[in-house]
Amino acid sequence: MTKQIKCTVNGNLVEVFVDVRESLADMLRNKLYLTSIKKGCEVGECGACTVLIDGTSFDSCIFLAIWAEGKEIRTVEGLLGPNGELSTVQQAFIDEAAIQCGFCTPGIIMSATEIIESGTKPTRNELRRLLSGHLCRCTGYQNIINAVEKSL
Amino acid sequence: MSIGKSVKRVDGYEKVTGRARYTDDFFEGKFLIAKVLHSTVANGWVKSIDTSVAEKLPGVVKIATCMDVPDIEFPTAGHPWSTDPNHQDVADRKMLNRRVRLYGDDIAAVIAEDEVIAKRALALIKVEYEEYKPFVTVEEAMSDDATQLHEAFPKNILKHTAYELGNFEEACKEEGLKFFEGKYETQTVQHCHIENPISYAYMEKGRIVVVSSTQIPHICRRVIGQALGLPWGKIRVIKPYIGGGFGNKQEVLYEPLNAYLTTLVGGRCVKLELSREETFVSTRVRHAMTFYLKTAVRADGRLVARKIEGYSNQGGYASHGHALIANSTNGFRHLYQEEKALKSDVYTVFTNISSGGAMRAYGIPQMIFACESHMEDIANGLKIDPIELRKKNMMKLGYIDPLSGIECHSNGLAECIEKGKVAFAWDEKRAAFVNQTGPIRKGIGMAIFSYKTGVYPVSLETAACRIVLNQDGSVQLQLGATEIGQGADTVFTQMAAEIIGLQVEDVHIISTQDTDITPFDTGAYASRQSYVSGMALRKTAEEFKGKILAYAHEMYKHPIYMMDIVAGNIVKKETGKIIATVGNVAEEAFYSLTHSVHITAEATNQCKSNAFSFGACFAEVEVDIPVGKVKVLRIMNIHDSGIILNPQLAEAQVHGGMSMALGFGLSEQLLFDSKTGKPLNDNFLDYKIPTMLDTPELEAGFVETFEVTGPFGNKSLGEPPTIPAAPALRNAIFNATGIAINKSPIMPEQLVSKFKENGLI
Repeated sequence: MTKQIKCTVNGNLVEVFVDVRESLADMLRNKLYLTSIKKGCEVGECGACTVLIDGTSFDSCIFLAIWAEGKEIRTVEGLLGPNGELSTVQQAFIDEAAIQCGFCTPGIIMSATEIIESGTKPTRNELRRLLSGHLCRCTGYQNIINAVEKSL
Repeated sequence: MSIGKSVKRVDGYEKVTGRARYTDDFFEGKFLIAKVLHSTVANGWVKSIDTSVAEKLPGVVKIATCMDVPDIEFPTAGHPWSTDPNHQDVADRKMLNRRVRLYGDDIAAVIAEDEVIAKRALALIKVEYEEYKPFVTVEEAMSDDATQLHEAFPKNILKHTAYELGNFEEACKEEGLKFFEGKYETQTVQHCHIENPISYAYMEKGRIVVVSSTQIPHICRRVIGQALGLPWGKIRVIKPYIGGGFGNKQEVLYEPLNAYLTTLVGGRCVKLELSREETFVSTRVRHAMTFYLKTAVRADGRLVARKIEGYSNQGGYASHGHALIANSTNGFRHLYQEEKALKSDVYTVFTNISSGGAMRAYGIPQMIFACESHMEDIANGLKIDPIELRKKNMMKLGYIDPLSGIECHSNGLAECIEKGKVAFAWDEKRAAFVNQTGPIRKGIGMAIFSYKTGVYPVSLETAACRIVLNQDGSVQLQLGATEIGQGADTVFTQMAAEIIGLQVEDVHIISTQDTDITPFDTGAYASRQSYVSGMALRKTAEEFKGKILAYAHEMYKHPIYMMDIVAGNIVKKETGKIIATVGNVAEEAFYSLTHSVHITAEATNQCKSNAFSFGACFAEVEVDIPVGKVKVLRIMNIHDSGIILNPQLAEAQVHGGMSMALGFGLSEQLLFDSKTGKPLNDNFLDYKIPTMLDTPELEAGFVETFEVTGPFGNKSLGEPPTIPAAPALRNAIFNATGIAINKSPIMPEQLVSKFKENGLI
């Protein structure tokens, strides 16, 4: 069964027909071609598909597309400036060598964006807790925490 | 000069914006979905398989089963092909198998219009098995009760190799020797790259195209050809960015099946993506190994004779097979040189668990856990400082391995140890931590390793590179060597800029490999690319530079030897005075009315050398004895990987390896039910890779030596960081509590039981 939903994705109002069983991750990837949404487990364990829904980070693989009705969704694609400028945290990921294979990167950047926009100043240990829903096998998280800390 | 600089990743922008294209980002059009049916018994035969109901499900396009796939057994290991039949990998499986050798073996595949239909169809396939008793340990597999898994391998022994240097028994007769013996065990772990294996396959002009997340596109092409019985030129493999591999994608597992499936549906595009659970069970794991070590040593700590006996749990299929534990025992020989004799006896044994394959550092982390735990036990028994014991016996500069001929041309191991010793205030802490009482105790430990670079002389080492000039004087750089997250593209870019004399921005590396277009290289494994592929790159870049200067000579008349290229300019060598830009030369070369030429260079380099890299890990821990909890207070790896090509990326590589080692040492183990062979924790909730909260601050240090055989003085770094941390932690726990744990992972359950046994609780 399909259903039409309306939501805002990266500032643009979109109307999409979705299968009622479809995840938001699949909708964003397959219908809107947002390739930053990565799928590593599809059961909410790895965090690679994280997006912001009304400002809060969620694993989009376990969030049904139909629940996105009326919501404001943000992905890494929406962080760029009009001329392709990177956001502070995106730039910090490059500067601090926080990227390796890059598969977990967009999801972590979205969680980091939520933290940064909250205006709080978490300590390094609090950052570890706030970002602990993201698995990364390449970096040991060291440079990721450095990059996020630098962006606060 | 760009070598030695922390040049930012060339793929950084693409990766932080989500624009970097991985396999799943390649197709936006219509494709079919394939799903694999896995066996639900670990040992047996598929007696019958009934797909009639599944086939009737609307949306099912085709079902292939183990009863009808081509009757071809093929090898899956990502080794270079050998033209010597005795050195070829074991071909022991078809694309789908009737003889079921693990819980999760591949027995059928459904092609459907979408994923939901494909999954529903899988559930409708009826399978009848003839079941045998599964066996999950090496002991069970070698017993008389065990069924034989592969016809060609009696007693389930894939291979047994032995060697003896000197005479072990004789050497042990020396008067006054002390003897140490120990059994050391490591567990099954999985790579856990975040991107699961995925491929697309379709046909184009009578050929099969496979887009896959692989570390080894050219090998992948060969194996697909072998599995389907097709000429290798009929296959084209494209490798986009990949979301981690760590050796699991140095194996060709599902690409052949997908290539076959597309031929069943008239060449329509088929996507085959594994789930996380399938990745855990049906791809590859790190071999669980058990080692029995015996050492004869003098009271002053000089090793006289050593014996290593080892057993590697292969799981159901041969995969990379015996090469792993063979590498373990070679590494055991390399790290320390005993005075008189070394005896080795190692087995690789089939069982009914997930198959062991290549995983970062290829058998060495298991061996180093055993070896470095054992050295600690010896130091403790002799009351010698563990560092002094190691320094007395470890590999020195000039060492030549008697079996492989590999020579140690550069050796910064002693300096690595010294650096760690100073950073951790070793002597002070060792003194401070004696005679601790109470429930919370601290300890400090260390471990060392040596590691080779590439696979010469065991296997072929070859690489090729192409450099193509653009009209503006910039270049395209193309290698068969692959970017898998380690930063290869960035370092190759630096190398080309360095040798040709260009700015880094003017070297455009083509990241995607396409076997139709990309020069040949065997791919990313064995920490080989910056060394072996770097040699090919250097050779090609030198040839390219010669061609640019030759053309500049035509234009400006200066003798070639008088000119150089610096930062994109043709200069006079003596004065540095700029004659022209490379862009000026390029424009003329392209558009000259008298001598138009497209300047390119392409070269193959066969590498016939190897290099030992070294390192140490130091760890300080706090052990909460009543609950068996280990807190890592501080951990540092110090590496001698020769000249460091990009310090920032090198450090990042070390962090990642340390993290993987923390999991290996303290939290990860893939478990199988001993009665059924069924995997018990094949997901990220139950299988514990370190999260940010579990991970301490990771410190990385380097001792730079110049490796004369390396193209830039460099040697291996990709895998080594994951070697020494597990035994360093084990030794720190030993220092804290006096309890020697000889089995990884060191988790609270084991610690509490050991503490109880020894009266600490």
